[in-house]
Amino acid sequence: MAEDAASSQSPALLAVEGVTKRFAGVTALSNVSLEVRPGEILGLLGENGAGKSTLLKILSGVMPPSSGRIVFDGVEFNPHNPQDAKRLGIVTIYQELSLIPTLTVAENIFIGRAPLGPLGLVSWRKMEEDSRAIIARVGLDLDPATPVSALSVAEQQLVEIARALSLKSRLIIMDEPTSALTETEVQKLMSIMDRLRKDGVAIMFVTHRLEEASAICDRMTVLRDGRLAGHLDREGGPIKLPKIIEKMVGRAASELYARPTQRDVAGDIRLSVRGLRTVRDPQAPHAIVLEGVDLDLKAGEILGVAGLVGSGRTELARAIFGADRIAAGTIALDGKPIAPETPADAIRLGIGLVPEDRKHQAIFAALGILTNFSIAALGRYSNAAGFMTERREREALASYRKTLSIRMASPEQPIEGLSGGNQQKVILARWLARDPKVLIVDEPTRGVDVGAKAEVHQILVQLAARGIAIMMISSELPEVLAVSDRIVTMRRGRITGEMPGIEATEEKLMELMALDQKQEAIP
Amino acid sequence: MSSTTEQSQRGGINVARLLMSFGPLMFLAVLIVVFTVLKPSFIDPINIFNIMRQISITGLIALGMTFVILTAGIDLSVGSLLAFCGMVAAVVAKGGTANTLSLSTSGTQGYGWFAALLAAVVVGALAGGVQGFAITRLKVPPFVVTLGGLTVFRGLTLTISNGGPISGFDASMRWFGTGLIGPVPVPAIIFAAAAILCHIVLRYTRYGRAVYAVGGNAEAARLSGLRVDRILISVYVIVGFFAGLAAFVLSARLNSSEAVAGIGYELTVISAVVIGGTSLFGGIGSVGGTVVGAALIGVLQNGLQFNNVSSYTQSIVIGLILILAVAFDRWLKSRVRR
Repeated sequence: MAEDAASSQSPALLAVEGVTKRFAGVTALSNVSLEVRPGEILGLLGENGAGKSTLLKILSGVMPPSSGRIVFDGVEFNPHNPQDAKRLGIVTIYQELSLIPTLTVAENIFIGRAPLGPLGLVSWRKMEEDSRAIIARVGLDLDPATPVSALSVAEQQLVEIARALSLKSRLIIMDEPTSALTETEVQKLMSIMDRLRKDGVAIMFVTHRLEEASAICDRMTVLRDGRLAGHLDREGGPIKLPKIIEKMVGRAASELYARPTQRDVAGDIRLSVRGLRTVRDPQAPHAIVLEGVDLDLKAGEILGVAGLVGSGRTELARAIFGADRIAAGTIALDGKPIAPETPADAIRLGIGLVPEDRKHQAIFAALGILTNFSIAALGRYSNAAGFMTERREREALASYRKTLSIRMASPEQPIEGLSGGNQQKVILARWLARDPKVLIVDEPTRGVDVGAKAEVHQILVQLAARGIAIMMISSELPEVLAVSDRIVTMRRGRITGEMPGIEATEEKLMELMALDQKQEAIP
Repeated sequence: MSSTTEQSQRGGINVARLLMSFGPLMFLAVLIVVFTVLKPSFIDPINIFNIMRQISITGLIALGMTFVILTAGIDLSVGSLLAFCGMVAAVVAKGGTANTLSLSTSGTQGYGWFAALLAAVVVGALAGGVQGFAITRLKVPPFVVTLGGLTVFRGLTLTISNGGPISGFDASMRWFGTGLIGPVPVPAIIFAAAAILCHIVLRYTRYGRAVYAVGGNAEAARLSGLRVDRILISVYVIVGFFAGLAAFVLSARLNSSEAVAGIGYELTVISAVVIGGTSLFGGIGSVGGTVVGAALIGVLQNGLQFNNVSSYTQSIVIGLILILAVAFDRWLKSRVRR
C-alpha cells in the first residue's frame, strides 16, 4: 500500500474531538475522538449499543452533540440538519436505503435538482444521459429509466453511492452497506470503495462484518459502551480479526467461537424432506426456486445449512414451515407425511421458525416483551374461555429470562428497547414455550453482539441436548462450524454437499457452496 | 450487554407510556375545570348525564373502531352503516316501512324491540364481515373498501326507506334511548357496559393479544401461527356489530330512524379513538383511551354549547384539538424516546 504513507501525513478531512452525547441523563457517547483523512477508508466498529449510530446521527446533522467539537476541512462544523452536512459534501448512506422505489433511477439521482431545459421544464433527455454517466462510475450498466423497485438491493445501493458521488461528496459514510449483499456483490462494492479511495474520497465504513472491515480498511476506530475502545492501524498488512474482537468486547477472541466437543447424536430421524421443489412466485420474483431437495434431520442434532445469500436456504426453511407454497416433494415428521399449508399448520405439528429478518418477521417492536414471548403459545397461557392466564405466562417468561439470561427491565417493556441479542433470546423463548420437535433458526445471530453470539450458540446446543432437532441456517461459516453436528451446503436451490461437522473446514464448505456450473448441470 | 443506550430507552419508555396514557385524561380534567369556572352549572349532574347520553352513540362505535384501528385498519362506513342498521331495526320494530307514530304501546304489528335489536346488530356484523372479506381475500385496502361501503350503505338505507324517516316505536323500545336507571341514562349504561366488556376482551383474552399482534406486525403474526385474515375479518364484524347497537339506541332515543342519520359520524368516531392515543399504524392503543377521547369530544361540544359558541365554531375547535392531540402525542414520544 504505497498510498498509505502519503495519506497518513495529509491533514484530516474530518476530525471529531471529544464528542459526548447524553440523553435524559444517560450518556450514549462519551468523549469520542476520531479522524478521517482524504483518500482513506476508516472502519468504525463496535457492538450494538456501542454508540456507532449515535455518532453517525451527529455527523450527518440529525442531532447535535452535547459537548465536543467537530472540524471538517479545517472549519468548525455544526450541522443543524442533514442538508447542512450534505452541502459540505458529507453524505451518509444508511442501512435502510433512502431511494424512492416508484421513481426511476434517473429521477432518484436527480431528485430535487432536475436539469432544466430552455422553458424551465425538466429536460428528461439530459437527465437520462447524465444519469447513465453517473451510474457508470460505480460500474452499473442499466437503463436509467428503470424504476428503482425493479432493482436488487445491491443495485439500489450502488445507485445511492452513485448519487452521493454526483453530489461531489468528499466524505461518504456507509452504515452497514454489505448486510444485504451477496458475496460477489460485496466484492464489487469493495472494489468501488477502493477506486473512490484512490480518487481522494474519504470513506467511513460502519460494519459488523469484521472480515470485510479487515480486508479494506486503512485504519479502524472501535467503540465500546459509548467510549473509545481504541484505534487500530494497518501496519503493512490487514488488521487481524482477533485484535479487533478483543477491542470490541474487551476480552480475548479465543473465548468466542470456541468449538464445542462434538456430541454423539444417534437420535431418530425427526424430519425428512424428499424431492422438495418450489415454483417461481410472481409476487416475489427474486426468491430462489428449490430443486429436488432431500434432507434428513435427527432428533437432538444441529444441522448447519451453509450457503451464500441467494442459495435457497431461507426458501427451504419457509417451505418446510408452510410459509411458501410447495410444488412437489414430500415432508415427513416422525415418519408421518405432513403438508403444512400455513405457518399455523406447521406450528401445530411442532415446527418453529426463527426468521432471518428479526425486525420485519419476528418481533412486534412496539409491544411488550410478554406479548412478544407468548404470541405463538397463546393457547398454552389461556384457559378454555379464552382468557389469558397471565400469572402462568409471567412465570414462564421469568424462567426463560433466567435460563437464557435475557437482560430486560420488565415484561411490559417494549421489545424494541432490547439489544439485538436479547431480542433474539425472547424469540427463542417464544418457540421454547411450545416445546417444538423441530426448530429452524435462520441467521440466529444476525445483528447480535459478538458477546451475545456465543450465548445464542450455547442455547442452541442446550436445546439440541434436550432432543429438539435444530436446523441452523447461517452465512457465517465460523458459526456453522462452531455449533453444527452435521453440515449441508446449498447453492442455487439445491443441496450440494454434506459432511459431519467435525470434518468440516471453511475451505471445504466454501468449495461446496460455490460448486462449478458444470457439475451443477447434471440433472 | 446492558449498554447505556439500552438503559436510556428503558427508563424513557416508561415515562412516555405514563404520559401517553394520562395525557388525554389530564386534558379532559383541565377542560372540565375551565368550563366549570366559566359556568358553574356545567358540573351539575344533570348536565354530566346529558353529556354521557350524547357521547354514548359515537362512543359505542368508537369501541368497535378501536379494534379496527389497532389492526392498522380503518372503517369509514360506520356512519352509513348506522343509518342502514337503524332503518332495518325500524322496519323490524314496526313490521314494515310505514311512517306512522304508534299511538299505543300494545297492538303494534311489529316484532318488538328485541327482534329489532337483534336485526340491527346482526345486519351490522354481517355488513362488517363482508367488508372484512373484501379486505382480506380481495386484497383491497380497508380505506377503499369502507369508502365504498360508506356510499353503498347510505344508498341501501335510502332505498328501503324511500328517503324518509320511519318513526314511532313503542315505549319498551324507546326506553333504551330515553330511559333512566336511577339518575343514569340507559344509553350511558349501555356504553359503559360495552366499554368494560371491550376492555376485558382486549386486555385479558387470547383474542385481544392477537389483535395487538396483527396490528403490531402482520407478517410476524402470521409466522407466529396466528390466522391473520380471520382476525382482520373479526374486527370489522365487531365494529359493524357496534354500529348496529348504536343505531338501535339512536333510533330509540329519537323515536325515529332517519335516512340521513349518522352522516359524518365516522370522523367523530375516528377522532375519539385517535385522541385517545390509539395509533393509526396499529398495535398501540386502549379502550380506556377511546373512552377518554369520546368524553373529551363530548365535553368540548357540550361546554362550547353551554357558553353559546356556535356549532360552526365548535367544528373548528374540535378539528384543531384532534390535530393538537396527535401532535402532542408525537412530541411526547420524540421527547422521551429521542
